[in-house]
Amino acid sequence: IVSTFNNYNDLYPDWTQTEVSTGTSIMAVEFEGGVVIGADSRTTTGAYIANRVTDKLTPIHERIFCCRSGSAADTQAIADAVTYQLGFHSIELDEAPLVQTAASLFRDMCYRYREELMAGIIVAGWDPRRGGQVYTVPVGGMMTRQPVSVGGSGSSYIYGYVDSNYRAGMSKEECLKFTAEALTLAMERDGSSGGVVRLAVISEQGVERQVILGNQLPKFSTV
Amino acid sequence: MALSNVLEPAVSGFNFENSTRNIVLENGSEEGKIKAPKPMKTGTTIAGVVYKDGVVLGADTRATSEEVVADKMCAKIHYIAPNIYCCGAGTAADTEKTTDMLSSNLTIFSMNSGRNPRVVMAVNILQDMLFRYRGMIGAHLILGGVDCTGSHLYTVGPYGSMDKVPYLAMGSGKLPALGILEDRFKGNMDLEEAKALVSDAIHAGIMSDLGSGNNIDLCVITKEGVDYIRPHRESLYNYKRQAKYKYKPGTTPVLTKTVNQLELVHETVQMMETAGSS
Repeated sequence: IVSTFNNYNDLYPDWTQTEVSTGTSIMAVEFEGGVVIGADSRTTTGAYIANRVTDKLTPIHERIFCCRSGSAADTQAIADAVTYQLGFHSIELDEAPLVQTAASLFRDMCYRYREELMAGIIVAGWDPRRGGQVYTVPVGGMMTRQPVSVGGSGSSYIYGYVDSNYRAGMSKEECLKFTAEALTLAMERDGSSGGVVRLAVISEQGVERQVILGNQLPKFSTV
Repeated sequence: MALSNVLEPAVSGFNFENSTRNIVLENGSEEGKIKAPKPMKTGTTIAGVVYKDGVVLGADTRATSEEVVADKMCAKIHYIAPNIYCCGAGTAADTEKTTDMLSSNLTIFSMNSGRNPRVVMAVNILQDMLFRYRGMIGAHLILGGVDCTGSHLYTVGPYGSMDKVPYLAMGSGKLPALGILEDRFKGNMDLEEAKALVSDAIHAGIMSDLGSGNNIDLCVITKEGVDYIRPHRESLYNYKRQAKYKYKPGTTPVLTKTVNQLELVHETVQMMETAGSS
């Protein structure tokens, strides 16, 4: 079959040819009255950081966001498709959509095309019926609701921290601190995560976003 | 929601019409074996910067075919719309055709709606197309433009991923170019500063990357219009041809000459039905 682009001489180094991935740390936590979501900001193409200020917290609807990990192209395309579908659905119903609906739309797409896609998504938001909710849709297309969820390549390093430090019934400020610290720890250990920490709080009042710059991240022991 | 397209959207799946032919050609008998042609890449340095009044795009002008320079004055900054231009790195044919197709679609949109296209529209169309082809179209593009919502700079990858940032470099020479941009970029620069910055970034790519070279093109896009400066800076190594390749008439001796008169046997005139005829 006709040669494709992958046999080059050294003029075109290998790292320019791999697909762009959001090797990532993402996280979402439910609290009474809403959710806190967070992500790092690094997008890599092989060993090169294609974007060091990426925004991986993508709005799907007014009070529903998704955190994207995996292939940048795949997750952007899926998020665009779901944004359209959910918007259409919400206009038809003349009502704010449920977070579960958004999560189901993601799950349908990720499961149907599971062989072609590489996407690990956390859907989180607030709706009037059930309040703040976090649903995780990992690679493969499963969907499950969890009070706290981590994802991306950096999540492996913080399962212990999250499991030992999460308590039900935390306040909004405690959740923000918990998320920022967990993501910082993940970014410290995972090469594919880094940059700044982007946080957002979604509640009945709306969405508040913040950025924690590199030098303002919480400090841990540098052993 | 549907957008008028010049070309019909592709039938689902890839077109495998030529696969059997290609297999036969490649696995032919020992003497008859034909190697598949390698796609020509524009080993490139392209860069873009958002400044106070708009966007500055820059590119080198070398197109390479493996180790040979195929084109010394290649144009890598492509026209998309009066207010949107696109720099392309990657496979030369792919960037040409993709940007052409994008430009046609946006022109049709402009005519249909009576509006100037927005940069984000161009990005969405590109993303849709490149994602559909799953990375098989090797186009790494930098799109820059000014529309009613402001000045924007986007990069679109071959798999369909997109990033929106204030300064960018792509191509095989992007690392040295990005070094210059990271060092000297500031928000809200004025025109001369921005042009110098992009020009120096491309120059760094030319100096440090074998796949980039020759001259530097710049394209400045503002609300008022576009200034396409080609070339902005010429290479110091432009040499003139040493000899002429035209031969005087009579250089080749004529051995024999035969003249065959063609005879007009029969002539017919056929009237065609044209749309304009009454």
